[in-house]
Amino acid sequence: MSELLKKPTMFDSAQDDLPLLEIRDLAITFTTPEGPVNAVRKAHLTVMPGETVAIVGESGSGKSTTALSAIGLLPGNGKVTAGQIIFDGEDITHADEKRIIELRGSSIGMVPQDPMSNLNPVWKIGFQVQETLKANGLAGSNSKERVAQVLSDAGLPDAAKRAGQYPHEFSGGMRQRALIAIGLACRPRLLIADEPTSALDVTVQQQILDHLDTMTSELGTAVLLITHDLGLAAERAEKIVVMYKGQVVESGPALEILRNPVHPYTQRLVAAAPSLASKRLQSQRTEVAEEINAVVKAEHEITDDDVLQIKDLTKVFKIRKGLGRSEDFTAVDNVSLSVKRGTTTAIVGESGSGKSTVAQMVLSLLEPTSGSVIFDGQEMSNRSEKDLFKFRRRVQPIFQDPYGSLDPMYSIYRTIEEPLRIHGIGNAKSRQTRVKELLEHVSMPSSTMHRFPNELSGGQRQRIAIARALALNPEVIICDEAVSALDVLVQAQILNLLNKLQEELNLTYLFITHDLAVVRQIADDVCVMQHGRVVEYATTDEVFNNPQSEYTKNLLRSIPGATLRL
Amino acid sequence: MILFTFKRFLQLIPVFFGATLLVYFLVFATPGDPIAALSGGKPMSPAVESALRAQYNLDQPFWVQYFLYLKNLVTFDLGQTFSGQPVADVIARAMPVTARLAVMALAIEAFFGIIFGVIAGLKKGKLFDSTVLVASLIVIAVPTFVLGFVLQFIVGVKLDWAKPTVGSTAPWGDLILPATVLGLVSLAYVLRLTRTSIIENKQADYVRTATAKGLSRRRVVMVHILRNSLIPVVTFLGADLGTLMGGAIVTEGIFNVPGIGNLVYQAVLKGETPTVVAVVSVLVVVFVIANLVVDLLYAWLDPRIRLV
Repeated sequence: MSELLKKPTMFDSAQDDLPLLEIRDLAITFTTPEGPVNAVRKAHLTVMPGETVAIVGESGSGKSTTALSAIGLLPGNGKVTAGQIIFDGEDITHADEKRIIELRGSSIGMVPQDPMSNLNPVWKIGFQVQETLKANGLAGSNSKERVAQVLSDAGLPDAAKRAGQYPHEFSGGMRQRALIAIGLACRPRLLIADEPTSALDVTVQQQILDHLDTMTSELGTAVLLITHDLGLAAERAEKIVVMYKGQVVESGPALEILRNPVHPYTQRLVAAAPSLASKRLQSQRTEVAEEINAVVKAEHEITDDDVLQIKDLTKVFKIRKGLGRSEDFTAVDNVSLSVKRGTTTAIVGESGSGKSTVAQMVLSLLEPTSGSVIFDGQEMSNRSEKDLFKFRRRVQPIFQDPYGSLDPMYSIYRTIEEPLRIHGIGNAKSRQTRVKELLEHVSMPSSTMHRFPNELSGGQRQRIAIARALALNPEVIICDEAVSALDVLVQAQILNLLNKLQEELNLTYLFITHDLAVVRQIADDVCVMQHGRVVEYATTDEVFNNPQSEYTKNLLRSIPGATLRL
Repeated sequence: MILFTFKRFLQLIPVFFGATLLVYFLVFATPGDPIAALSGGKPMSPAVESALRAQYNLDQPFWVQYFLYLKNLVTFDLGQTFSGQPVADVIARAMPVTARLAVMALAIEAFFGIIFGVIAGLKKGKLFDSTVLVASLIVIAVPTFVLGFVLQFIVGVKLDWAKPTVGSTAPWGDLILPATVLGLVSLAYVLRLTRTSIIENKQADYVRTATAKGLSRRRVVMVHILRNSLIPVVTFLGADLGTLMGGAIVTEGIFNVPGIGNLVYQAVLKGETPTVVAVVSVLVVVFVIANLVVDLLYAWLDPRIRLV
C-alpha cells in the first residue's frame, strides 16, 4: 500500500536538478554551564523537491537539532558554528530573522512530535490554524471556510464545528491532524516532520502517516522525516540518513541501507529494530525457552501450573458529570486469562483498552468491581493486610518510566535494599551482599550502588528497577510498558535481559504493552484487548501467523515496516 | 457559569457567620475594659457605668451579645460607636477612601509589575533583568513603614512633588503617593511571578510551533506567551485586592488617610466591638467577591478550567 503512496523518486532525474534543501558539514554547539556541547558535527544531507528523506537515530543523536536548524528553531543556547544550510539555492545559514520568518510556514512547514504539548491550550483550534494563514498572507475574506478546508484536508471530520473547539477537547490523533493542517496550511515546499506520530497508538499512527503521504504527494511537498524507528523510516522514505552521536554515519536509498548496512552502528540498529527483527529473535527465543522448560520440568518435576489466573475480571469507574450525577464507564469487561509458571503472557492494546487497569488489579492496587484474581491457587479478594503483605513479596511490578519510578533522593543501594528491609530479610551485611548479587544479575557494576538515579541513563535506570523488583525473589513480575520509554538498542538489551532472567530464575511475566513488535520478542501467549474486552487470546505464533479478529489483523498491519520485503 | 456564581454567593453565608463569630469572640476576649477606655481612665459613677454597660449589652454573656448583634445586623443596624455615631455611617465614609487607595495601588502594581516582569522574562540574564530583580528584592526586604516614611520625606517634603499627607476628603491626586507605597511590595511579587511565568512559557512546545508557523516575534509574545503567563498573575492580583483593602493600616497611618485601616485601628484600641466586627465583615465580603472574580477570570483565561 505504501508503495502506491510513494512519490516518484528524484534520484535518477537529471543531474542539474537543484536540491531543495542541502545541509553541508553542519556543526551545532550548545553552550551549557558545564561548557560547550557539540550536538552536531559535520552533518550533511540533501533533500530533492518532492522527495521524502528520513533521519534515523536514537535520542540525543542530533537528528532533531539538525532538522530544526533549517528553520532557525534551535533553542536559545544553540548555535550553528560551521557549515551551510542551503534552501532552494539560497544560503540561509545566517539569514536574518526577517528572512527566516518569511520562510517559516510558507516555504518550510513543521509538524512537531508531541500533539499534547504543541497546541496552545488557551486558543481554539480554528484560531491557531487561521493565524498561520494570516501570517503568511493567505487568510483572505473567506478565512473561516479556508480554515475548515485545511482541517478537513488533514482528515479531521466535521472540521467546521471542530474548529471552534479547544485542544483539550481533542484526542491525541485529532490534535496531530490539526498540527499537520497547520504545518501544511500554506502549501510549503518542505515539511519537517519531527517524530510526528511517536506519541500515538499504532493504528492511529498508520492512518496519519498514510494521510500525510497522500497530502504531501498531492502538493508535491518534500518531507524531512525525523524518527527513531528504522522500519517506519524505510516504509515511508526514499532515502535514509542515519545519525549517531551528532554525526551522519550512513546515508543512501532506504532499502539498500536495510539490506546492506555498512556502518557498525547501522548494523546494530537494523538488527535490533523490533518491527523488522522480531521474527528472527522470536524463533530463537522459542527454541531456547523450550529447551529450558524441558530442563526445568525434568529437574523440578513441575507440571504446568497456572500461577496466575484471572476470572471474569471487571472494573467499572464512575465518571462525574457534575451536580452529583455520574455515569458508569466499564474500563475492564469480563477479562479472563491464565498464566503458566515460567512463561510470559502479553496483554496488548492501544491507550484506553484497559490493559493497565488489569495490571493494577492483578497487583491489588485497585479493587475489581467483580471477578477474581487467583494467585497460586488462592483467591486475592478480601485478603487480610498480612496476606497482602506476603503477596507483595511474591508479585512485583516494573513500570514504564524509569525516571519517575525511582526516588531521586535514594541512592541505588537504598532503592534496591528497601524492599529487603521492609520485609525484614537478613541483616545489613547480608543485604549488602544481596544488592551486589542483584546488580550483577542485571549486568551493572557493584560500584553503581553508591550512585543516584540522575547519574544513570534511561536503560541503566530500568536495569535498577528490574534489580529492585527481583530483590524479594518474586515468582511473578508485572511489566507495565517496561520498555516503551527506551531507545531501540536499549530496548533490545532490556528484553534480552528479561529473557535471560526468566530462564535463570523461572520467572513468570505478565507483560503489558502497546507494541506488538515487542510482544513477538518476549511473549509465549498474547491477549489482545480493545475497549476493555479481550478480542483475541492465543499463543504468540497463532496470533501473528493466523490472527482471528479483525482488530488484531489491523494492529498487525499497522506495525511500521510490516509490508517491507527484505 | 451562572450556577457556579450563584453557588459561590451561597458560600458567603457560612463564611460570613464564621468570620463575624470569630472576630466578635476575639474582641470579646481581648484584655481591657472598653468602658474604662471610653472614660479615658477617669473615675466614673457606678450608675453611669452600669447604664453604659447596659446600652452596649456589655453586661450580657458572650452568646447573648453575639446574637443581639446578629439580630440587629439582619435589620441592617450595625450598631453605634462609643461616640454615638451609627457604625454604618462611619464605614460609609471611610470605605470609598480605602477602596480608592486599594484600586489605585492594584492598578500601579499590575501595570508596572506585569510590564517590567514581561521585559525581564523575555530578556532573562540581561542588564534590565538583573537590575529589576535586585530592586524587587530590596523592596520586598524593606518594611512598608520604612519605605513609606522615606518616600514621604523625599517625594513629599524634599522634592515637593506630592502632598506628604492626605486631606479629609482624600481626592485621587493626594492618594498617588500612598497608593504607590501600598502597592510597592506586591508590585515586586507581581514582577517576579510574571518573569518566572514568562521564562517557563517561553520554552513551551506550542511557542516553538507558533514560531514555526511564521508568526512575527511580537505576535508570538503577545498571543502565545503573554496570555498563558498571566494566568497565575491574575490569581495573585485578585487575592491581593483583599489584602490591600485590609492591609492598608500602616500606609493609612503614615499618610493620615481617613480610611478603613485607620478606623479599625482606632476601634481595636478602644475595644469598640460593633465597629471592628462590622469592618471585618465588610472586608470578608470584599475578599470572597474578589476571589470569585479571580475564579471567573481564571476560567476565561484558561478554557481547560471548568467551573463546577
